[in-house]
Amino acid sequence: MSLETPAPLTPYPRHGSNSGQPISRRDGELKVTGQATYAADNHPPGLLYAVTAVSSIARGRVAALDVAAAKAHPGVVEVITPANRPPLSHDPDVKLGMFGFRIEVLQDDKVRYANQPIALVLAESLEAAVEGAALLRPRYEVEPARTGLGNGDRYAPAAVGVGAPPRTAFGDLDAGFAAADQVIEAEFTTPAQFHNAMEPHAVVAQWDGDHLTLDMPNQALVMSREAYAAYFGVPGENVLIRSPFLGGGFGSKAILNGPQILAILAARHMRRPVKLVLSRAQMYGPVGHRGRTWQTLRLGVDGEGRLTAMHHHSLAATSSFEDFLEPAANASLHAYASPAILSQTEGLRLDIGTPGPMRAPGEASGSAALEVAMDEAALACGMDPLAFRLKNFAETEPGTGRPYSSNALRECYAEGAKAFGWAGRPLQPRQMRDKDGLLVGWGMGTALFPCPHFPAEARATLRADGTALVETAGVDMGQGAWTALAQIAAEALGLDPEQVEFRSGVSDLPDAGVAGGSGHTASAGLALHNAGQNVIARLAELAGADPASPLFGAGNIGVVAKGGRLHRRDDEGRSESYADILARTGQTELVGTGRMARDEEAVQAWAMYSHGAVFAEVKVDPDLGMVRATRLVGAFAAGRIINPKLVRSQYYGGMIWGVSFALQEAAIADPRTGRIMNADLAEYRIPVNADVPSLEAILVPEDDRYVNPLGVKGVGEIGITGTVGAIANAVWHATGVRVRRFPIQIEDLLGGG
Amino acid sequence: MSLSLSLNINGQMRAVDIDDPRITLLDLLRERLELTGAKKGCDRGQCGACTVLVDGKRINACLALAVTLDGAEITTIEGLAGEDGLHPVQAAFIHHDGFQCGFCTPGQIMSAVGLLAEGHAGDDPERVREQMSGNLCRCGAYRGITEAVLDAHRTLNATAREDAA
Amino acid sequence: MNRFDYIRPASVAEAVAAATQPGSAYLAGGTNLVDLMKGGALRPDCLVDISRLPGLDRIEWLADGGLRIGALVRNADLAHDALVQARFPAVSEALLSGASAQLRNVATLGGNLLQQTRCPYFYDTASACNRRAPGSGCDALQGENRSHAVLGWSDHCIATHPSDLCVPLVALDAVIEVQGPQGSRGIPLETLHPLPGDTPHLETMLSPGELITAVRIPAEAIAVAGHARYLKVRERTSFAFALVSAAAGLELDGGVIRKARLALGGVAARPWRARVAEAALEGGPATAEAFARAAEAALADARPSGDNAFKIELARRILIRALQEALAGTPEQRPALPASPFAPPSGARHVA
Ligand SMILES: Cc1cc2nc3c(=O)[nH]c(=O)nc-3n(C[C@H](O)[C@H](O)[C@H](O)COP(=O)(O)OP(=O)(O)OC[C@H]3O[C@@H](n4cnc5c(N)ncnc54)[C@H](O)[C@@H]3O)c2cc1C
Ligand code: SF4
Ligand code: FES
Ligand code: FES
Repeated sequence: MSLETPAPLTPYPRHGSNSGQPISRRDGELKVTGQATYAADNHPPGLLYAVTAVSSIARGRVAALDVAAAKAHPGVVEVITPANRPPLSHDPDVKLGMFGFRIEVLQDDKVRYANQPIALVLAESLEAAVEGAALLRPRYEVEPARTGLGNGDRYAPAAVGVGAPPRTAFGDLDAGFAAADQVIEAEFTTPAQFHNAMEPHAVVAQWDGDHLTLDMPNQALVMSREAYAAYFGVPGENVLIRSPFLGGGFGSKAILNGPQILAILAARHMRRPVKLVLSRAQMYGPVGHRGRTWQTLRLGVDGEGRLTAMHHHSLAATSSFEDFLEPAANASLHAYASPAILSQTEGLRLDIGTPGPMRAPGEASGSAALEVAMDEAALACGMDPLAFRLKNFAETEPGTGRPYSSNALRECYAEGAKAFGWAGRPLQPRQMRDKDGLLVGWGMGTALFPCPHFPAEARATLRADGTALVETAGVDMGQGAWTALAQIAAEALGLDPEQVEFRSGVSDLPDAGVAGGSGHTASAGLALHNAGQNVIARLAELAGADPASPLFGAGNIGVVAKGGRLHRRDDEGRSESYADILARTGQTELVGTGRMARDEEAVQAWAMYSHGAVFAEVKVDPDLGMVRATRLVGAFAAGRIINPKLVRSQYYGGMIWGVSFALQEAAIADPRTGRIMNADLAEYRIPVNADVPSLEAILVPEDDRYVNPLGVKGVGEIGITGTVGAIANAVWHATGVRVRRFPIQIEDLLGGG
Repeated sequence: MSLSLSLNINGQMRAVDIDDPRITLLDLLRERLELTGAKKGCDRGQCGACTVLVDGKRINACLALAVTLDGAEITTIEGLAGEDGLHPVQAAFIHHDGFQCGFCTPGQIMSAVGLLAEGHAGDDPERVREQMSGNLCRCGAYRGITEAVLDAHRTLNATAREDAA
Repeated sequence: MNRFDYIRPASVAEAVAAATQPGSAYLAGGTNLVDLMKGGALRPDCLVDISRLPGLDRIEWLADGGLRIGALVRNADLAHDALVQARFPAVSEALLSGASAQLRNVATLGGNLLQQTRCPYFYDTASACNRRAPGSGCDALQGENRSHAVLGWSDHCIATHPSDLCVPLVALDAVIEVQGPQGSRGIPLETLHPLPGDTPHLETMLSPGELITAVRIPAEAIAVAGHARYLKVRERTSFAFALVSAAAGLELDGGVIRKARLALGGVAARPWRARVAEAALEGGPATAEAFARAAEAALADARPSGDNAFKIELARRILIRALQEALAGTPEQRPALPASPFAPPSGARHVA
């Protein structure tokens, strides 16, 4: 790695080796034996089942509900509608904090989208609750639904994504286009996609006086605890959220939603524990999605294949009452060197549930369009797509000129291309066939993801026996926090992971922030690391001040913690075990704390991203238009890798999401009613095992001394970026048909036969 | 209506009274018998998270009405590990990181056990992928899953050979 | 799901008597019926569980060489039966390309034949649907209909029949054996599912209470065993319904087609026997031109019912491909991905 700009700040000292141990998941045995408990697995005595009735119209009001019929059904004990909904302490039409969206909790009879909750039925059995909800047979006053470009309301938003500006410009765009030899312009559409974590949103709510216990999958425990406290008018410490395992989140379990609040309210109202689990169909509405986009890209290129200007415009759909907009256009801001870049987002209000962040929000849909446009530009320049990207390699962050804290993207390109066998790829499409006559195409894309960090805290306790307890309200939604965070803590404590008890997944532990933005390992990890260092420092102080210790007087020289012992830095032969130090100083335990902390100046001075390159092979049946992504190779650099086994899995998962985005998933709403007609897992097609026959993820080494003291970047979302474009480009290369509407469908490719 | 069923669940005979013919096997296990290992991902036969073995065959518990199963032998994820530890499929799933969030995992594992018993995939990864395609995994752990199934196939074959010898 | 009575008759006669009562429905594997009840599209008062009726789970070879399959034979058992595979390979391949291994372990032959359309408006009780609620209209006509019918539809219903299994069965002249209050009868599978006309709610030719007891495939159909394929276009490599599909079987005499058996799936409210195309082929040479002409003939009457004109061309192409594959010979080993163009049978061809 070479940095042309001098380092403005001193690097952090490196802790630990660059690549950690590929240990298997510490929660693996629980998960393979069915003992890992997810929210809906809880069953407190006296439980009532709650089921929401949902609206089948997208706009209007509920004129009537047959509450009597529902109540007459054996087992049904109560029906909550706007007419009898007990009060909440917070107005659901007022935003609450950063991830606090306006939500629907039966505050009135208005319907703002299809699948909105319009009543809650409580019953002694699940079967009765489900049927009770069906028996409500709502009558509506229907207003025409705004469902697309033709009838939605366009507006100029104040922000996109989570607080990003709707317009960002670098350089002189007009001059850039004037300097171009060619301008490539292309329009793209991306559909509504739903997170569809395998675990549906669920909650088991129990009140004890004004204390509330919630078993629920949750990506932001302490923040959510405070939000629930506000809704129910109790102090935050009265709310306990238990979320040891999430059956996937992907962004959908960080934001409060109506059905879960209603279930909690019902538990208080009924004075009984209540369980609510959304049906799969009910997840297509109140719990977020990736919003539709209509994107236009204009790329100016000069005679040598250098970008002179980039203009990325996106029209993004949101609901009629909230403002979250997929920040797709921002994906072009930091990807390639260009003297002028303009990213712009407009909003389109539709009668839909509010979209929200979904795995790689903005980057996924934006890079899908950008990477295809880059492919088109490469072709226009007569260049190999990889050579074209290298030509436009950003040596410093485009727009700002900041140096990268580390950037092994070139190595990613090189290693990915080599492993894939990219060299010798014909420039023109429809040149390759396999032995059975299927068209073969190769495409590539650049993967990029920023490195957000979130505030996080942790506590480390050394115990009398020399083992440790570390605690933070972390979240494991599959990325492996139970394992990777424990590895980080163990390293800071100079212990084996087996000697560290890791408590997490409960809201009464130190705040670990949000598991999102691919920033959880870095953020919670830093807090744990610092807590570990803090308690070791305190231990060193004890030992150093104790004349009976071999470490007496080591204060200024310092100590090294490893193998459960403190060693004098200058003479590692002089050491003492944690247990002995504690025993002699009469301590039964020693506590340290830590928080996510970075050098703010460094954060400003350096551009920080994870990078990668994805290479895809597809096969296309020349007559039938069926596509299969037969081979995917991704090479990614994300700083220090705590656990390569877990990280590979994250990349595979992201790449599979890329396959899905490019070729499969899309929610199809009837344009007349706004009702999603494939709100399931059969016709909303996420990949099955047979869809991804060959995946490879290369971990490209990268030593980052500036991103944070751990050198860790994010790995959870980057896999999807780059992959979508790589596949779309491979489809073009196989068929000669350029499809700019995602997902690519059979009918798009039939003409090319 | 009260219906008495006798079910062999994970090797134990159980008399189960149910008051409602609508109860599916999945809801019976999860909500009434405290066997929450099998998961509900779709409730419509579309995801495989609820896969259990009934009379040795893998099925979707969400589409099976419990009343129809009187006398059946049911194996759930809770009944898979033996005295001597994890079933080879379970161990292989851990080793190959055949899961992330773990929600689809009980279904994947029971499906893999069913697949191996059916014996139509052999050591062909493409056949394994095809025959595991009734189990969705949104985390995208498919590569590890396929490797785990192939690995368990080898382990079980080796054990079978030893037993035969 | 509504509450219902549940009965488990001990004999076919008891079952028929029970199911003749209005509001009753047979429950076999339940993979379609229970699904529809969960969504509220069907709300029967009484389920007549036939899954344990004695004698209906046998695969028997008849004295005349034909095959008789009991209605309760599970899809997986039928697909993996060695003789069925050898003599009716397209049946086996079609079965294995449908649903998932778990579902095939439960789904029965009778249930597969009688499964309902996957038209989303049929499933969605808030939509108008003549098939589900006679006279209510058809929301698919102006709605999301890219996967709907291109043959035999009417302005009252444009749904397709989703079964894979039925496609080769209809090509092989399968006959349904039925037991009803009036006794037993045989119905050619080809006529089991009427075209919608103005009565799409009349989904089958069965009278109330009639029970399918078996399906017979005549011995003559074995003659195409050496040249038979089922191919399916779907939007996932596995576990997806057919957008269109085709079964093709050829009996060859040198380069001349003595007999052709062709059917299309996913194109109409019934598994679509392509008789005109068969006639166009029979007696002529097995050439690419002949296949193209046959495909033209098969789709000559096709019309888009909505946003699905592409399915007409797609159906032609899959029919041609199925014919090419059939001509090349049935694969000796079943492809790893049944019915998929991504698993071309590179291995040896089977000669019956
Ligand atoms: C997620 C999913 C994916 C699927 N994918 C495919 C696919 O790709 N291809 C495909 O072909 N199928 C597919 N299927 C459908 C599946 O094949 C059918 O659900 C199954 O074959 C039905 O059989 P069953 O025994 O479960 O029928 P049931 O659900 O028990 O019955 C279905 C209907 O038939 C009636 N019935 C059943 N048996 C008889 C009888 N003997 N006499 C008279 N009436 C009877 C019942 O009353 C009911 O109306 C899929 C299903 C699901 C849930
Ligand atoms: S196509 Fe047929 S099944 Fe679909 S909505 Fe119309 S009438 Fe109903
Ligand atoms: S829960 Fe049974 S298949 Fe999804
Ligand atoms: S491991 Fe999360 S869905 Fe499979």
